[in-house]
Amino acid sequence: MSAPTEAAPTGPAQDAAGRTPDLLYSEAEDDLRSAVRSLLADRAGAPAVIAATESGTPYDPRLWESLATGIGAAGLLVPDELGGQGASHREAAVVLEELGRSVAPAPYLTSSVVATEILLALGASGGPVGELLGDLAAGRKVAVLALPFTASAADAATAMAGTLERTVAGVAEAAAADVLLVPTAAGLFAVAAAGEGVEVRPQVPLDLTRPLASVTLTGAGGTLLAGPGSAAAAVAKGLRAGAGLLASEQLGIAEWCLTETVRHTRERHQFNRPVGSFQALKHRMAQLWLEVVSARAAARNAADALASGSPDAPLAVAVAQAYCSKAAVHAAEECVQLHGGIGMTWEHPAHLYLKRAKADSLAYGTAGRHRETVAELMELPAP
Amino acid sequence: MSTALDAAEIRRRTRELLATHPPATTGRTDFLKARFDAGLAWVHYPAGLGGLDAPRSLQPVADAELAAAGAPDNDPRRIGIGLGMAAPTLLQYGTDEQKKRFLRPLWVGEEVWCQLFSEPGAGSDLAALGTRAVRDETGDWVVDGQKVWTSSAHLARWAILIARTDPDVPKHRGISYFVCDMTDPGVEVRPLRQITGEAEFNEVFLTGVRIPDSRRLGPVGDGWKVAQTTLMNERVSIGGARVPREGGMIGTVARTWRERPELRTHDLHQRLVALWVEAEVARLTGERLRQQLVAGQPGPEGSGMKLAFARLNQEISGLEVELLGDEGLLYDDWTMRRPELVDFTGRDAGYRYLRSKGNSIEGGTSEVLLNIVAERVLGLPAEPRTDKDVAWKDLAR
Repeated sequence: MSAPTEAAPTGPAQDAAGRTPDLLYSEAEDDLRSAVRSLLADRAGAPAVIAATESGTPYDPRLWESLATGIGAAGLLVPDELGGQGASHREAAVVLEELGRSVAPAPYLTSSVVATEILLALGASGGPVGELLGDLAAGRKVAVLALPFTASAADAATAMAGTLERTVAGVAEAAAADVLLVPTAAGLFAVAAAGEGVEVRPQVPLDLTRPLASVTLTGAGGTLLAGPGSAAAAVAKGLRAGAGLLASEQLGIAEWCLTETVRHTRERHQFNRPVGSFQALKHRMAQLWLEVVSARAAARNAADALASGSPDAPLAVAVAQAYCSKAAVHAAEECVQLHGGIGMTWEHPAHLYLKRAKADSLAYGTAGRHRETVAELMELPAP
Repeated sequence: MSTALDAAEIRRRTRELLATHPPATTGRTDFLKARFDAGLAWVHYPAGLGGLDAPRSLQPVADAELAAAGAPDNDPRRIGIGLGMAAPTLLQYGTDEQKKRFLRPLWVGEEVWCQLFSEPGAGSDLAALGTRAVRDETGDWVVDGQKVWTSSAHLARWAILIARTDPDVPKHRGISYFVCDMTDPGVEVRPLRQITGEAEFNEVFLTGVRIPDSRRLGPVGDGWKVAQTTLMNERVSIGGARVPREGGMIGTVARTWRERPELRTHDLHQRLVALWVEAEVARLTGERLRQQLVAGQPGPEGSGMKLAFARLNQEISGLEVELLGDEGLLYDDWTMRRPELVDFTGRDAGYRYLRSKGNSIEGGTSEVLLNIVAERVLGLPAEPRTDKDVAWKDLAR
């Protein structure tokens, strides 16, 4: 009658890679974190970020230069011989945690992760691909993929359609881009954003810290980087890396929201006691803490799987996105609620995190789409 | 003779034990006693008490050698309370005599231990316990009261017991800690039947039980502090081994899902996959905690893991009952049984659903654990306390 309880998992339950992921942070990763954190503290405090979002150009070029070139964060994924730092997704994930904590506008995820990963996957060390990679790694240029921010790795194959004549709306950080990577039926093109026949029209985004734009190409010229077959695989890889490392940004958002909520409720007094001493609030913050701790494990697992090229990476990424999207949104929503009235103001930065968290939960595929991927990979089919 | 106690030395001593006491021809208890005497029971314990004063991290070296040689183990699941709770407390607070008397039979498994802490009137608020220990003219203690949720009480030779020795001071200060002989007259053990139909636990009634003062652990009135050692060690035991993917309750449901397509519905699919993701993330969180411990950077994550697993076990087993449809309406057996080992994932879906309800109550309710996380991890202020400076006898009850 009794079911076997400790039966060894079989089939899809086995870790495909058979290796234990390293879920901790190395010393070098901690050092990188400190450098990025102090840079962001100097140049991207909340009042500065709020002011910048209303200025029309939210990016701070000096911040980007210090991050991309000074610290060398733009080239973390790129091997030394191609002009990068020869690090990995693990280090890039740490940079994204810090960018999530500050919600500073910076085209890191879109250019230094997604576009860079696409170019790396194309595998050419010379020619236009190698040259562009070198420019991205050094922080000389910014490139973004000309697809809606909601596109996920599963959309890569269908994205290889049409010609260079097109309008694509909802392209994240196109306004900061020097180069647009445009997937077409003929393959993947690099198009100069400032070139003839290219119009980048800003849209009004929910998340002001990550500008969106509508890109219209009419008779624009481009450089063909790869044919449709290899380009589809490369775009999928780029979007998967984007989704996997977005989990670390979401972790950073959730962490900031929890830290600030704890700080606020310890200081804020009502009924002659700190509001953080009420169990009704404490339990909600303890629950958030558990979600942050869990999000960290999921995000580190995804970063480590991407870094090691593990066959487990698609599952690790889908699990991380399915979990961390919700964790970040939950933390940001609780942050607003537990701050009370001040949390609803424009002056307090909580709204920046709520907007970033909510927008991120749609980016590179919703949690629901990633759960579909989990179901497929784990052989848990729908009826 | 000062040989450095490194992995090689542990391995050498283990092989020597295996050579002098070949497991194939040595009786189980004899082998375990020899292992204890060789200091290979728990290497971080003192020499002469089953250990070698070696780093705890060297224990796996001995364990691996012994397992490879097919040596018997001490069936740790059967004597978990002795190993996990009584032993560390005896080690820290016991007299030399007490340690010599109790630790060897405890580790070997000749003497089972149980824990007489919780009471019907003192659950989450354990320090409010009302079992009284009164010293008589001979210097012995006479104990009267009722304890509850005592696993293994019907198998146990000894119990760790906390009782109130001074009702006139605030509750945390009037408690003392004893070793109670479960075979003494006045100790009555009754099975406590649970919602699953079986009785893993007992109620223990103590009526005029005499405990010599030589079986007190720690100073009179300091029992709460001593009990912290016991309870701390209860929490440390989490997060030992690596868990494989689908290693817990989710694996059972996932297998049913794969094998029985006729049971699938869209609603169940959504919930199953969402829970699968959460179970996988909980597994990774446990793995990360394990890696932190190995790297010597223990984090506070342990207090959160129990919260996560309690909720997941409850939701997954609830889903499983629904998935099984007609079979979900059945239950394997309501016969009152007394299992020797607790198995949260054993038996059928109905059992798992009912048993997992206890996961958020036993060993600290989820509500208390959330308070602990909020106060000790996040540093949030405590609730105002109305019981701190009130004598125990004046508390509302």
